[in-house]
Amino acid sequence: MTSFLEYAPAPESTAILNLKDSYGLFIDGEFVAGHGTPFATISPATEKHIATIANANAADVDTAVAAARRAYDKTWSKLSGADRGKYLFRIARLVQERARELAVAESLDNGKPIKESRDVDIPLVAAWFFYYAGWADKLDYAGLGAAPRALGVAAQVIPWNFPLLMLAWKIAPALAAGNTVVLKPAETTPLSALLFAEILQQAELPAGVVNILTGAGDTGQALVQHPDVNKVAFTGSTAVGRAIAKSVAGTGKKLTLELGGKAANIVFDDAPIDQAVEGIVNGIFFNQGHVCCAGSRLLVQENVHHEVVDRLKQRLSTLRMGDPLDKNTDIGAINSREQLDRIRELSDIGEAEGAERWTAECAIPENGFWFAPTIFDNVSTSSRIAREEIFGPVLSVLTFRTPAEAISKANNTPYGLSAGIWSDKGSKILAVADELKAGVIWANTFNRFDPASPFGGFKESGYGREGGRHGLAAYLTSTVLQGAAL
Amino acid sequence: MTIQTPVALAPAQRALSVLGGDLTERSLRLHLEGLSGVDAVGLEQRAADLGTRSIKTSSKAWALDRIIELIDLTTLEGADTPGKVRSLVAKALTPDASDVTTPRVAAVCVYGDMVPYAVAALGSAHANGGPNGINVAAVATAFPSGRASLRVKLADTADAVAAGADEIDMVIDRGAFLSGRYGQVFDDIVAVKDACRRDNGTHAHLKVILETGELNTYDNVRRASWLAILAGGDFIKTSTGKVAPAATLPVTLLMLEVVRDWHRLTGEHIGVKPAGGIRTSKDAIKYLVTVAETAGEQWLTPSLFRFGASSLLNDVLLQRQKIKTGHYSGPDYVTID
Repeated sequence: MTSFLEYAPAPESTAILNLKDSYGLFIDGEFVAGHGTPFATISPATEKHIATIANANAADVDTAVAAARRAYDKTWSKLSGADRGKYLFRIARLVQERARELAVAESLDNGKPIKESRDVDIPLVAAWFFYYAGWADKLDYAGLGAAPRALGVAAQVIPWNFPLLMLAWKIAPALAAGNTVVLKPAETTPLSALLFAEILQQAELPAGVVNILTGAGDTGQALVQHPDVNKVAFTGSTAVGRAIAKSVAGTGKKLTLELGGKAANIVFDDAPIDQAVEGIVNGIFFNQGHVCCAGSRLLVQENVHHEVVDRLKQRLSTLRMGDPLDKNTDIGAINSREQLDRIRELSDIGEAEGAERWTAECAIPENGFWFAPTIFDNVSTSSRIAREEIFGPVLSVLTFRTPAEAISKANNTPYGLSAGIWSDKGSKILAVADELKAGVIWANTFNRFDPASPFGGFKESGYGREGGRHGLAAYLTSTVLQGAAL
Repeated sequence: MTIQTPVALAPAQRALSVLGGDLTERSLRLHLEGLSGVDAVGLEQRAADLGTRSIKTSSKAWALDRIIELIDLTTLEGADTPGKVRSLVAKALTPDASDVTTPRVAAVCVYGDMVPYAVAALGSAHANGGPNGINVAAVATAFPSGRASLRVKLADTADAVAAGADEIDMVIDRGAFLSGRYGQVFDDIVAVKDACRRDNGTHAHLKVILETGELNTYDNVRRASWLAILAGGDFIKTSTGKVAPAATLPVTLLMLEVVRDWHRLTGEHIGVKPAGGIRTSKDAIKYLVTVAETAGEQWLTPSLFRFGASSLLNDVLLQRQKIKTGHYSGPDYVTID
């Protein structure tokens, strides 16, 4: 054997998947044909065709919203919180039972490594449903005003980076609060949402309570602009988020936006250095950097700059890029050619602007979309790669000298979704966290998620919170609150 | 605070080159206390991640053989007899009578008074510290507690070396370490290293047992690891096996990070030996992965990595037989020692 580190292939079998050749739209509890031109979903790791997916046009959106309205009026709003909770618990258990199948589907369609879909995405999906199932019969005691009521029909549009997890973040609180849902998964990653529709059938969720429409941007636009929708929730890019905010302005629809980020990961000279290096890796190379809260700007104290970057390079050299379904893969495929092109373009700009580029040596598979982990050192604050969200496995390294400088550099961005602080000194962590303008701040860790913890951004990273008790507030209205507003 | 006269330490070469000429208890303390801290949650998370590697087919077959070659087959009981030691040596020489291709273990590890019996039983298979054959390792320095005078510890060590031990597994004075007397721990190790010297000028290999279960914090483990290396240890070893918890994956990962950093600093290779509590092939493979992905693959060799274990060997043999025959047998198809 040439090298132990070239671990023999350990692929997760796709035999567990029982996929159809084509999928329709999930409306009123049934799969039905769409009226737009169907499209294909492919595996980004091989560019191989997986299934043909229906495309919802404006008429399909009408049908789905009407189904959701009917379900809201006749069924879901009449159920007690305890009964809604039973359905959510049932969904959560079915997700656990079919966890392996869902993980394989997610990695196949999205390109993320199976170890992440298996150990992070799917367990969190189940956790989200369990968590909000517990809230369903306790809304009166959630501190959200007296007798809070559901809003009605929620239109939800989700991104491709965590397809099923984002679905759970949206659907679980909406149903717990008593709303019905029309959800559109991303064009490149519809598969797990369609398997989830099968789970809803298995759970015997009343027809129309959740409807899933596949399609592209125009489907999403028709959905959020539909006049009979009471609530819009969107996770995705800031540009689309801004357009949605404009389109719902003045309509009375309640809006939650979870948009881009350019998080600072601040490493002080007294940080636990080996764990900080792990945290930097997890912060930007988790899910190929396709994470809105990714720690894409490393702010490192000048006196440990070289040591941290050296250790980081050494660590990155051990990352394994390749087949997302291999259990030993650390870095999977970029989700789409379009995204790969954007990552390449911004990386070229970084190089042209004078930052020092370093890329881990790894064999790039012939087919599929791949981008090797890359670090840009000595990046200046004015550089585009320090300003714009790359949404890929690219880290920009900047330095600072004092905590005050670290704080001002960290806050010097139009975004404000997340940040990380690494220090062995608790008082310093608390003092710096107080000054950072970011919705989520991790101390001596990064990219940790929990259904009990609210998540959301400052500034152009969006508004509203998902997760925790705060996540319920986005799907409820209270008589008392409304009275006060009048 | 009063300024105390610096207490000079024994002039160990590594410490002199890293800490500079004024080698005192204070310079050693400043160095150890200046080491970067360890975040327990992050360390344990990293160890758990390494534990999820999936080692299959050809990689697994290679790993199983390599695990055997890295084992210090151990008996450390008050009830040990020459007969028990001969039986252990026989097992070390022929781990699996049904398969002569099975590799041999790296060493047998016994109490000092059992060394002559181990040497005699090995006969021509005794490696004498060389690359071929099996070494004899002896625990010394009032193992496992280390609660004896330095004079007794040195006599214990010299006695085992004179009897033919190729490797000495010493324990550090945890009491002195925990009360902050780093200089004493350091001087002890330097003195024991000196007692490992043979008449012909060669040394028995020195493994320094930190007894991480008593040091309690990861920060302490990192400091003790640096201290043991600075004082001249050839190996740093987790545990005696007599204190729970013994070896754990996070502690071993941390010690591997220290030897990796020492190598970056000086180019010198220091060995690591987790001991106690590693009983299954599955666990042992997690350690191999951790070694390869932390210190590097070149550490997966008997001169740089060992398992201190007794029951591990038979589990590895069962797994080996499974790969060969395609089905699992049972404990009666491997020999006890």
